[in-house]
Amino acid sequence: MANPKNNAPVRRREPITDTQLLMTITICIFVCMYVLALLIWGGGFKKPQMIFDILNDNAFLIIVSCGLTIVMITGSIDISVGGVTALVAMVGVMILNGNLSLYNGLITALGLSESWRIVFALITALLIGLAFGTVQGFLIAHLQIQPFIITLAGMFFARGMITIVSVDPQKATQNLMDILQKRIEIPWLGSVNKRGVLIPAKMEIGVVVALVIVVLVFFLLRKTKLGRSFYAVGGNQQSALMLGVNVRRSRFMAHLISGLLSGIAGFVFMMHTGAGNATNATAAEMNAIASSIIGGTLLTGGVGNVVGTFFGVLTLNTIKSIVTTSGLRDPWWQSITTGAMLCFFILLQSVVLMRKNRKNGKK
Amino acid sequence: MKQKRFLANYSQLLIPLIAILLLVIFNLFRDPGFFSVGLSTNNNGDPVLQGNLISILNGASELVILSMGMTLVTAASGGQDISVGALAAIAGSVFVKVLKGGDITILTVLGAFLACCAVAMAFGAFNGSLVSFFKIQPMIATLILFTCGRSIAYWINGGATPTVASPILNALGSFIPGIPVPTPILIVILMGILFSLLFRFTTLGLYIQTVGINQSAARLNGINSVGIKLLSFILLGACCSVAGMIGVSRLGLINHETLLINIEMDAILAVAIGGNSLGGGKFKMLGSVLGAYAIQALTITLYAMKVPSTDVKAYKAVVIVLLVVMGSPVVKEWASRIWKKLTSKQEISVRKEAA
Repeated sequence: MANPKNNAPVRRREPITDTQLLMTITICIFVCMYVLALLIWGGGFKKPQMIFDILNDNAFLIIVSCGLTIVMITGSIDISVGGVTALVAMVGVMILNGNLSLYNGLITALGLSESWRIVFALITALLIGLAFGTVQGFLIAHLQIQPFIITLAGMFFARGMITIVSVDPQKATQNLMDILQKRIEIPWLGSVNKRGVLIPAKMEIGVVVALVIVVLVFFLLRKTKLGRSFYAVGGNQQSALMLGVNVRRSRFMAHLISGLLSGIAGFVFMMHTGAGNATNATAAEMNAIASSIIGGTLLTGGVGNVVGTFFGVLTLNTIKSIVTTSGLRDPWWQSITTGAMLCFFILLQSVVLMRKNRKNGKK
Repeated sequence: MKQKRFLANYSQLLIPLIAILLLVIFNLFRDPGFFSVGLSTNNNGDPVLQGNLISILNGASELVILSMGMTLVTAASGGQDISVGALAAIAGSVFVKVLKGGDITILTVLGAFLACCAVAMAFGAFNGSLVSFFKIQPMIATLILFTCGRSIAYWINGGATPTVASPILNALGSFIPGIPVPTPILIVILMGILFSLLFRFTTLGLYIQTVGINQSAARLNGINSVGIKLLSFILLGACCSVAGMIGVSRLGLINHETLLINIEMDAILAVAIGGNSLGGGKFKMLGSVLGAYAIQALTITLYAMKVPSTDVKAYKAVVIVLLVVMGSPVVKEWASRIWKKLTSKQEISVRKEAA
């Protein structure tokens, strides 16, 4: 930790930023934690499939967290992401299993085959996400209403719509799910089981989508004018305005992207579970916020990095699997340890930033 | 400028009042007997008040108490506590745990309340110290307890959902024999009196506003801003324990998963509908209280319209968005501009006529 701090000014033109510092700490801790788990419990953690399982289960969370990171960088917040994810998953499943008569009519009228339902589900997912993003973005950026309230209402609306669409849990038809749940096998990362047969590591399509989105968002934030304006707006709205940044447009776009990403996340969630349920993706918004924070994004805005968020998701879920492997099987331990870990990260960040600011202040 | 501020100070109560008024008018048109209050006797043969109005006032009790505390936290720290529901569940668990220890008498109930109050205030102090000493944003600091609070509540009672039955708890949760008004309403009134006495006879309210408006200026003026923030969180903890106690005595059992679920969102909403800025500073507790009653009135209205309880959220969201859009500064500006245009035209025409 001390090394990159001292070397940074030599290698880079500017000293290490808050984002990079916090992200480095998170990655270090993640690596340490995983290595410790490997040393103590070995077994499951030795298999590469462990990492892929975490990724498979949380691909949707990674996508949601990317959107939330963007929103948090602009100094805003979006709590509707979990609700939108669940709503999209529900509607998607109902399109696939033919319980939405509108789409049945559309497909018979156009004379398309059954697998076109997947395309319709994807388009609908994107449209729902965009609709939420647009409305929330407009209300927050142009009418200047507190983002918390608007996105909270968005969450209520999405969760209420799920039960209006269908109270009963829905299940997608199997042959369509077979197409969606195809797993990519990675033979060179497999593990040998007790009989000596090599089982290749398996990865879902959703993980690829999530990784692509992480890279895209990374470049959006790093290289594009829009991405830089997010940081400017989050850092200081007034100065951003004076520098000629279109503050309204940036805030609007941040919420739009977040909405769109939660739409995609909903589709990925559906690909993973193949079921629509009113309790899908509960507390996803809080998990996403926690991941972003662990990854070094500040809720005050202006500081954040999507790579950190990615590692935040991994860290959060590695803790959970460590708790289950370590034999604390009572149902409450998982969230109590998660809470303790979160507390640790939050305190660490606060102390690091406070010390750094004090040093800078003295200079 | 001063006049404008004065007007803004009182016009903030307008939003919740308009919301309540609209709901009342809507309900009167829908069903003229909606607000009729009747006197009937319960199973024990005591006279009790019944009707939608009473159920609104009664059902909102926990929300009102929590939104009182939330107003203070919002004003002092410029952020919101999202762990109130979890904290109420912890308080309720402690309450039940103590009562399970022996016979339930008035003294043990009092002791149990003191115990759960102490625990909740300690957790409040934990949140508060994260916010004030470590300068963490309140939403993040309380995210910790939000994540693990309900599990702690589960852990306290060793993984069970114990029930407690006693006439004293009945009296706390529903009716005291001989008094027809539900007890939670009386507790809310008591809390309201306590808070108004607190603001009347101490400078706490002023200090909280000062800290919320400008923390460093407050510190330079000799106000212990760290302590004030901490105190506001501790007070919210006390409010949580009262809400948890009411919730437990209503049902006679503690269910850590469902006790006051999602109430943190409603409490924050009540503060916002009450016209208080979520960014801290000036506050009006009355606004939050009215906001909480407006939310509950909306819920009861939707139930009365036979909307399934799972769908209520969606309709609630639409009404909330409409309300905040009406209250947003940009829309207000547009409205006042249009209003001015209209009135100036009238003035011109009046002048022309006069000429």
